[in-house]
Amino acid sequence: MRVAATIDIAATPAEVWGFITDPERSLHFLHGVTRFERAGDHAPGPGMRFRMLMRIGSAEIGSLVEVVEWHEHRDLAWTSVTGLDQRARWRLRERDSGRTHVEFRLSYGVAGAGLGGWIAERVAAPQVRRNFQRSLVQLKRQVEHERLRTDAARRRAARSTASSG
Amino acid sequence: MSDGPATTRPHTNGHAPGALNGARVADPAREPTPGGPPLGALAGVARGVLRGVRDVVQSRIPKADLDERDPDYIRENLPRLWLLSSLYFRGEVRGLGNVPETGPVLLVGNHSGGNLTPDTGVLMLAFSAYFGVERRFHALAHNLVLAAPGLGFLRRFGTVAATPENMETALRAGAALLVYPGGDYEVHRPSWERHTVDMGGRKGFIREALRHDVPIVPVVAIGGQETALFLSRGEGLARSLMLDRILRLKVLPISIAVPWGLNIGDMLGHVPLPAKIVIEVLPPIHLREEFGAEPDLDEVYDHVVRLMQETLDALAAERRLPVIG
Repeated sequence: MRVAATIDIAATPAEVWGFITDPERSLHFLHGVTRFERAGDHAPGPGMRFRMLMRIGSAEIGSLVEVVEWHEHRDLAWTSVTGLDQRARWRLRERDSGRTHVEFRLSYGVAGAGLGGWIAERVAAPQVRRNFQRSLVQLKRQVEHERLRTDAARRRAARSTASSG
Repeated sequence: MSDGPATTRPHTNGHAPGALNGARVADPAREPTPGGPPLGALAGVARGVLRGVRDVVQSRIPKADLDERDPDYIRENLPRLWLLSSLYFRGEVRGLGNVPETGPVLLVGNHSGGNLTPDTGVLMLAFSAYFGVERRFHALAHNLVLAAPGLGFLRRFGTVAATPENMETALRAGAALLVYPGGDYEVHRPSWERHTVDMGGRKGFIREALRHDVPIVPVVAIGGQETALFLSRGEGLARSLMLDRILRLKVLPISIAVPWGLNIGDMLGHVPLPAKIVIEVLPPIHLREEFGAEPDLDEVYDHVVRLMQETLDALAAERRLPVIG
């Protein structure tokens, strides 16, 4: 089963990238995710592993995932090592006037689960989709708030420099 | 699923049925004959039948083999279990993060739902989804459960007979081991006692936790006893039919259940009502850290039961209506 969600954020891809690659920040905007933490001490990049869990229905379901694509400020993709089979991708593309188009895609399932698996994937899909749509809204809010705070700090610094000069 | 005080008895078919409960498994052939000659003949026939039943059950009890647990099978069946747990029982499992990330651990639960225990299935799903099927997870079960036709799949899910040997093997292998000390006694308690933790004073799990120096993680479930209307354990009936001696059954439960109506024994199971199941996993109890080098079994037992009862009371307070939750 595949679900996807998109949103436009008033920030640069680099600013969004800082959020999606930070497990602590991710836990704050990923809706329904109860656990998102690095596993091992691999340097950021392909091969880095995360453990993530999302509450779907009666269980917290997740996987140990490994990053398989890491194109700075553009693409981050991972695939599962254990747990639920999944392949996910963050896709960031710069729009005009400093905006970023953010797309999150997730393919998930359990290989060999037969008809039960087919039905379960479809029953779970609306909740998974809803979780990711809310996650992107929260990501947008957090990134744009961060940008406002940064801009305000820059203006304050400029004012204090001007007044002292 | 059961557990109880550890004793020793000769092995049968690779393990020791009844050993954890300390039950004396009597040979009906050696029992004194009640009454005079005509009654004696009748009693002889009855003993023969009961001995036959016992032999059939014992021959069906699988040889203890933890390797029967099949992670791939569990993984492929998790979606079906998830559907059942999420849609039918509207399961909710809290606090799985309290289970230590690695190493052996003894999960001690209260048991509900008659011979079909939905809380066990909900917990098995939640545990496997949370930690992954790669983490060893076993549940101890009553011999009859493992011997019942059509329930062989439970062994592939990691269910093993409740024996000290299986317990030791599982804990030595670093597994998380789920035990229900209340066993058949607790699981058939009347529905109006559904919010009571009643392990029948069985303390074998504490002895085993101390012997293997593993933490105890209490697991409290609510809702299972609302899947049918349980009327009585039928202990007197079980005693008069000698089921306690032959099949380790101290109860012959009487309930009103779908589709049978009046259901005596629950041997064929029943269709559970879709009661909402809520499970709360409590923080681990490290016995020697909390109770000293030589903990008093009664003190630990009272502590564990008190913790579980308080949690069950809190879960019951959240519940507005039976079945609906």
